[in-house]
Amino acid sequence: MLDVATIRKDFPILSRKVNGKPLVYLDNAATSQTPQQVIDVIVDYYSIYNANIHRGVHTLSQEATDKYEEARHKIQAHFNAEKAHEIIFTSGTTHSINLVANGFASLIQKGDEVIVSALEHHSNIVPWQMLCEKTGATLKVIPMNEEGELVMSDYDNLLSNKTKLVFVNHISNALGTINPIEEIIKKAHHVGAAVLVDGAQACPHIKPDVQKLDVDFYVVSAHKMCGPTGVGMLYGKETWLNKLPPYQGGGEMIAEVTFEETTYADLPHKFEAGTPNICGGIAFGAAIDYMNSIGFDNIATYENELLDYATKKLLEIDGLRIYGNTKNKTSVISFNVGNIHPYDIGSIVDKLGIAVRTGHHCAQPIMDYYKIPGTVRASFAFYNTFKEVDTFVDAVKRAVQMLS
Amino acid sequence: MTIKDIQNDIIEEFSMFDDWMQRYEYMIELGKSLPLINDQYKTDDNIIKGCQSKVWVHAEMKDDKVVFTADSDAIITKGIIAILIRVFSNQTPKDIIEAETAFIDEIGLKEHLSPTRANGLVSMIKQLKMYAIAYQTQVK
Repeated sequence: MLDVATIRKDFPILSRKVNGKPLVYLDNAATSQTPQQVIDVIVDYYSIYNANIHRGVHTLSQEATDKYEEARHKIQAHFNAEKAHEIIFTSGTTHSINLVANGFASLIQKGDEVIVSALEHHSNIVPWQMLCEKTGATLKVIPMNEEGELVMSDYDNLLSNKTKLVFVNHISNALGTINPIEEIIKKAHHVGAAVLVDGAQACPHIKPDVQKLDVDFYVVSAHKMCGPTGVGMLYGKETWLNKLPPYQGGGEMIAEVTFEETTYADLPHKFEAGTPNICGGIAFGAAIDYMNSIGFDNIATYENELLDYATKKLLEIDGLRIYGNTKNKTSVISFNVGNIHPYDIGSIVDKLGIAVRTGHHCAQPIMDYYKIPGTVRASFAFYNTFKEVDTFVDAVKRAVQMLS
Repeated sequence: MTIKDIQNDIIEEFSMFDDWMQRYEYMIELGKSLPLINDQYKTDDNIIKGCQSKVWVHAEMKDDKVVFTADSDAIITKGIIAILIRVFSNQTPKDIIEAETAFIDEIGLKEHLSPTRANGLVSMIKQLKMYAIAYQTQVK
């Protein structure tokens, strides 16, 4: 059982007011809030040992390097990567995907095929479209059904020996659907294709085991799981990371430089050109510690209760339709009421202190599937309360009343 | 009426509201009463690009004045457009270009001014002024 009242005290922002009302933060799928434990690490970094890493012989530089590498080990342990150098620090999920897509440009040829799912965020579509434009490869799409699930029988038909890469999110940001990635990975490997899983929406809810999943690449952003923005991770199997060429040139990623030739550094530094987000990386490690101190099993149990409760309460509103009704979903509710534009509902509930997302959630293909301009999306975290759900449902009712 | 006079009228009307709810209810009413744009002008070319609600604006010259019609798929946005049209429509290109927009602040709709609100007032005002600039160039 989670002691939510105590947990909430860890998050200073949750006690502020918005438009004169207590903040009800239900936009956790966009970014999660930051606990004091992580804020303290950020403050400590700049107050006590801010220095550039991996190069200085002085004490501060060594302290910062130790903490940064310690964070890498924390991330490795959390995702159960076999080796620490399989964890590459990036600026976030989008950067991680672009790094892999860019690397594959030299490994993919005309006539090859890559498969994406219909449930993707634009970040996991556009880099691959660019890759296809560059290489002449073909992009295929695993379709979705009315419930917001991937149609797996169609996936089987898309796979062939031409398939080189499959990329799919672990959990859909727009609908909350948990995709059957184990099956997707197994089947892709059967035809010799590599798989990249976008775990941005999964990392705050699930503790993935990259070895057990046998996934080739797994990418996340720290800010989705109580860490700071601007930092994330690319996990890649060592064999794949060795095959991919460096993404950006610069300091840190070299072994030796002359004007004739540069030899690249070993993993992970080959992909970490320039001074990284040192503080962010260390705080990412602290965020992982924090999430684990709460416990992912506890988080999942509690969030499922919140989801069930919110779903039931929202469905009591006349004309409300929820998009994405699979049983296998996380605490995200995407909905519309009658013909009311989601922007109108979002504007009014904002006035009541409630933060939700409205729009297409950077997943336009999903909105096109349902033929809607967008949805209102409420996404819940372990620090949200049942009382907040009530406040939110009342606010939606009030908005509907004003707008009808 | 000059643009300034109309703006002062709107400020006075909004000053009668006690809180945001009344302001929003008024805007929703305005949105519902906005004369719709002729369907033939509801084309992709006339959409003000944004990522939330769609806004269509059509402009034409009648005598020496610019007449705007507009529509949106979101009602609050429509209310905002109704206010803008009341201010800017039936004015000369020169007056539209030179008009100040500080009244938005005074009627408590400042949050819609944020450039990140994709259907914010900023891009709408910019678009109306662009039409005025285009017509003024033609007049010259």
